[in-house]
Amino acid sequence: MIGKIKLIDENGLRVDGRKPGELRPVKMEVGVLKNADGSAYVEQGNTRVLAAVYGPREIHPKHLTLPDRAILRTRYHMVPYSTDERKSPAPTRREIELSKVIREALESVIFVELYPRTTIDVFIEVIQADAGTRTAGLMAASLALADAGIPMRDLIAAVAVGKVNGTLVLDINQVEDEFGEADMPIAMMPNLGEIVLLQLNGVLTEEEFYEALKLAQKGIVQLYEIEKQALMRKYCLG
Amino acid sequence: MSRLKKSSIVSLIKKGLRVDGRKLNEYREITIIPNYIAKAEGSAYAKIGGTLVIAGLKVGIGTPYPDTPNCGVITVNAEFVPFASPTFEPGPPDENAIELARVIDRSIRELKVIDLEKLAIIPGEKVYILWLDIYVFDHDGNLLDTSMLAAITTLLTARIPKAVIKEDGKTVELNKEVSEPLPITNKVVTVSVGKVNGKFIVDPNIDEEQVLDCRLAISISEDGRIAGMQKMGSGTFALNEVIEAVKIAKEASKTLFDKINEAIRSIRK
Repeated sequence: MIGKIKLIDENGLRVDGRKPGELRPVKMEVGVLKNADGSAYVEQGNTRVLAAVYGPREIHPKHLTLPDRAILRTRYHMVPYSTDERKSPAPTRREIELSKVIREALESVIFVELYPRTTIDVFIEVIQADAGTRTAGLMAASLALADAGIPMRDLIAAVAVGKVNGTLVLDINQVEDEFGEADMPIAMMPNLGEIVLLQLNGVLTEEEFYEALKLAQKGIVQLYEIEKQALMRKYCLG
Repeated sequence: MSRLKKSSIVSLIKKGLRVDGRKLNEYREITIIPNYIAKAEGSAYAKIGGTLVIAGLKVGIGTPYPDTPNCGVITVNAEFVPFASPTFEPGPPDENAIELARVIDRSIRELKVIDLEKLAIIPGEKVYILWLDIYVFDHDGNLLDTSMLAAITTLLTARIPKAVIKEDGKTVELNKEVSEPLPITNKVVTVSVGKVNGKFIVDPNIDEEQVLDCRLAISISEDGRIAGMQKMGSGTFALNEVIEAVKIAKEASKTLFDKINEAIRSIRK
């Protein structure tokens, strides 16, 4: 299929009219749920994600307790109506893997040692999937953690870089993910310049990889600003 | 693990040394035995240090996925058997086994190691189904690189039975008397690069895994391209560290390809 579908037109624009280095329209909102200790909504193009945080709170079952730090439990889940074909609500192998890499990303950001013998539970529900759900989910989770007042080293900003028709593009959508040659989600603590999640699904040369890193960083800086604005809208204004 | 042992591993690495006397960018002893299981259409025994993995390929006929009607199907599964480590428990694959299988699956798929289009028998109707099962039997660190060695050697040396279309033009049978190799287009290995206090090591053993701040698994094709990547474990990498890790992985991949090629040559004799 690769090559048969034209993902970059003669003007160098993408299927949704974006330039290669352009993000999709982003919306972020903090504190969108009543019950959770912290929550956030992130929309990136047609990808829409809700995240909620409970904790630090008591652990059940108790034997999971750690004496010197909080444990972190993370569930990334796609709801059945979020995709073109109904997705079974049971967790898939993909969701189990993504829950793991997202948890590991958050673990390097949260000061878990401040809350021994507790759990911090992070839930991510993808309500509409159009690629970039793990990166949108991670941003929503980090905003929800901030909303819950949990101390962190930094916020997480994240984006996927793709390669389509031989061109590196920022923030891929579903068509670009499906018919493109590579998909590289990356999440960072932008202020510290540290990578907390990095995956590459596809084939890149060494030079392309370095270019992709640069492109991702450009998007991450922009997303970081939007995250901070979302927090300020709830906590600093009005 | 005791704090004393941990701190001695860390301080050795700081000096550029390893507990088992290796260099930072050096693999442990590697053994690869292709065709280890006679009943499997392909198989390989792979050992790195004390880590033992045996992969096997079984072949069947089935219907293709609707979105790829002209392609064969490959399914990669990994199991960590309970006796491979005192920390493993019986039950369905946990997140670690699922992650390992999916990282291997993606590297093989994205690089098109197997030309799946050549595995269609009656396009849209009947295709070869390949089950690649990766079994970890002894855990001494670096399960991923060892599993990938077993997996790729299995695919490179497998012989699948010839598919015969019956007179009705619909039924397909496998003729076990006649076998042919898989349509292979490339080779791939995975190099796990661990970070300890800003230093990088390849092929962490089980004790070193306990002191890693973080690890980056990098899949490299034989022509030197990056065919997949996965940051594993909590902890972080700075941008320049990721670039350094890629260079280390690319260099270390040559050792692994040499071992694979040597193992393949041994059966051709």
